Amino acid sequence: MGGYVLRRAISVILVVFVVATGTFILMHAIPGGPFKKEKALPPAVQRNIEERYKLNDPLWKQYTDYLSNLVRGDLGPSFKYLGRSVNDIIRDGFPVSATLGAWAILFALVVGVPAGIISALNQNKWQDNAVMAIAIIGVSVPNFVIATLLMYVFAVKLRWLPVALWGTPKHVILPMIALAGFPAAFFARLMRSSTLDVLSQDYIRTARAKGLSWYAVVVKHVVKNAILPVVTYLGPLIAGILTGSFVVENIFAIPGLGRYYVTSIYNRDYTTIMGVTIFYSAFLVLVNFLVDITYGWIDPRIKLVKAKE
Amino acid sequence: MRRLMSVLACFVVLLMITTASFAAETLAKKQELSFNVGTEPETLDPAKSTGVPEAIIELNCFEGLTRMDENNVPQPAIAESWTISKDGKTYVFKLRKTKWSNGDPLTAHDFEWSWKRALAPETASEYATQLWYIKNGQAYNEGALKDASKVGVKALDDYTLEVVLENPTTYFLQLCNFPTLMPVNRKIVEKNPEGWFQDIKNYVGNGPFKIVKWEHSAVMELVPNENYWRRDQVKLDKLVLYLIDNRQTALSMFETGQLDWFDDPPISEIPRLEKEGSLFRTPYIGTYYYMFNVTKKPLDDAKVRKALTMALDRQMLIDRVTRGGQKPALAYVPFGLADGKPGADFRTVGGNDYIKENLAVAKKLLADAGYPNGKGFPTLTILYNTSENHKKIAEAIQEMWKKNLGINVQLTNQEWGVYLASRDALNYEVARAGWIGDYMDPMTFLDMWTTTNGNNDTGWSNKTYDNLIFGSFKVADPISRAKMLHQAEDILMNEMPIMPIYFYVNQNVMKPWVKGAVRSPLGFIDFAGAYVLEHK
Repeated sequence: MGGYVLRRAISVILVVFVVATGTFILMHAIPGGPFKKEKALPPAVQRNIEERYKLNDPLWKQYTDYLSNLVRGDLGPSFKYLGRSVNDIIRDGFPVSATLGAWAILFALVVGVPAGIISALNQNKWQDNAVMAIAIIGVSVPNFVIATLLMYVFAVKLRWLPVALWGTPKHVILPMIALAGFPAAFFARLMRSSTLDVLSQDYIRTARAKGLSWYAVVVKHVVKNAILPVVTYLGPLIAGILTGSFVVENIFAIPGLGRYYVTSIYNRDYTTIMGVTIFYSAFLVLVNFLVDITYGWIDPRIKLVKAKE
Repeated sequence: MRRLMSVLACFVVLLMITTASFAAETLAKKQELSFNVGTEPETLDPAKSTGVPEAIIELNCFEGLTRMDENNVPQPAIAESWTISKDGKTYVFKLRKTKWSNGDPLTAHDFEWSWKRALAPETASEYATQLWYIKNGQAYNEGALKDASKVGVKALDDYTLEVVLENPTTYFLQLCNFPTLMPVNRKIVEKNPEGWFQDIKNYVGNGPFKIVKWEHSAVMELVPNENYWRRDQVKLDKLVLYLIDNRQTALSMFETGQLDWFDDPPISEIPRLEKEGSLFRTPYIGTYYYMFNVTKKPLDDAKVRKALTMALDRQMLIDRVTRGGQKPALAYVPFGLADGKPGADFRTVGGNDYIKENLAVAKKLLADAGYPNGKGFPTLTILYNTSENHKKIAEAIQEMWKKNLGINVQLTNQEWGVYLASRDALNYEVARAGWIGDYMDPMTFLDMWTTTNGNNDTGWSNKTYDNLIFGSFKVADPISRAKMLHQAEDILMNEMPIMPIYFYVNQNVMKPWVKGAVRSPLGFIDFAGAYVLEHK
């Protein structure tokens, strides 16, 4: 196990290095720069600024300087938000995005998984049709539509919940549902098909034949075996929720990190582009690692370590 | 200053009188007002900020030598009086004995230090040009002059400030109210020159308000500054500034009563808001226009450019597409800027009629250029930065040119940074652009078309034009100066390297109980005199 963790740790460093280099090259390949604005600056003023932010150094030097700072955990100052470091931006924004994302995933699991099971157990009955109809809507309606609709109904018309911003549990509910719509529907469909698959297995028939109650069979055997695809999907889903939360964060004016992932590119805020991308990729590699470990725990047949070790 | 701009009154809206009722006003018990600034500020260092949202926050936390009144005329503020030399180049300001919000005395030395700091190359201020008017300001900022003591600003004693200008600058007193010229607290700034304002406890100002809370990308709260020298005139107990980008969200907050005032509602909502009486338009000095790349055929021919400019129906474009109550721009410099005679408006004097929307003449011009009925005219491409609104306008113009002149037009859009780079490299044929003035003088619109100006992305160059603009810098008499500027605009509108489309307006969505706040045509808002009427 120790060897496995070490190998994964090395791969994290490699991934971060590749991501950093790739992002650096791409970012400098697009035209424009952080201080190129509609109102052109006089050359002298432009020069002062480039000197101040070391943008007139040769690119290879900017790159090596960046990497050496990165090793020390310093992501540099933002070019857009003066006086704030990218570390500050991540420290302020990530907990907000992570909280919202965690609630959304939890909500998607709590709603989607049971809905999928109910649907499978009642295959082709009205329960199944109803769940699948809702799931199709959930998968196909984009989250900004859900967000706008929820805001209009529950905040503007009924006034049960705040329109926007962040801070109290009440503020979490609407963006959480908006963000959870797609994954919940997707979980329901995934869970339905994998449950149907498991139900047709021989061991289920054996368990029933042994006289186990239907309830016990479902809880002990069906769910445990059918949940694996859902767990597999959790890794990419977490990635999608965190990096794709921009739209929902924008609609509900939530001060998360998702906005920076998108706006930093428009702003050519080089350090923020680099910092946020590297941070997310490191985070996602970590999440995938955790998902891999969870596999082994859910299904002992999956071995992380080769038998010889 | 000889009250040059005093009658600009008619162009500035005093929001105090937006409702015409004469009923007695009852003040609300809770004097709390909220406004959506519309974005997270990039900085709160007045010497370095460039945007309107930042300026709104800064101008309510700081006060310069002058402050604009509701008619947009500079009035004594930290300076209680001043004298101006005959040649218009030397100003001596007498300062009041006032304090910073932390209780420290504010002196003329603070102004001297702050202005020199904004000019210092290492400060890297993008708006340092607002101080280039000062003697040696430009040389010091560009690094050609190292000795700061040669810069024309000097504290003669604690409460006397002498300012020597490079040229007589008729609008200098107005610039004294611009963020770049605000005093900042030396002790605090020197401790952390880059990020001193990030910790709001350090945000020491000298204006009507001070910040007590800043949640990034969400909200800011301001309360009156107890040490402000006119504390008794500030009526609000709390000013809440939201930092929300999404205008639809701002509208929802407005409708549920969480927000009293915001800008730029979604276009589709404008007719409804107007009917409800929540929409207030205030002047905004800006022009939306298209640029022609005069280095490319057939746009190198002024006849072609003129024909294109004439073949639009601007009023229809505004009524059907932009729907924001903008004014058709039949000239370049917008309304609201001073002319030579006190009280006169540059646009009114020059007339908003350089461009005649006359199809017959347009067709004739095109035929004279060798393209009768558009025959043989190559396909033109309009470049705009990716945005739904710019796209709609470009589509309308595409159709008008096709219908009116028989010209085929393609549209192409680019992401903002790419679009700016294309413009800069003259890698376009026709490009959308807009310009918002930096100060209240026609010069902020006219100097950009001189040959060497970094904003002249058309390839157009005219010696006489350049001479008129540069020559006007030396002229102290406002009437002869205005004459030169009108001549310059004549040349610009005769050569048409640009095609003016409309003059901007500011769309305010505001609750009827908000009173006393003053919005300037630069988009700034002064909340010092704002108050809230009783409401449900």
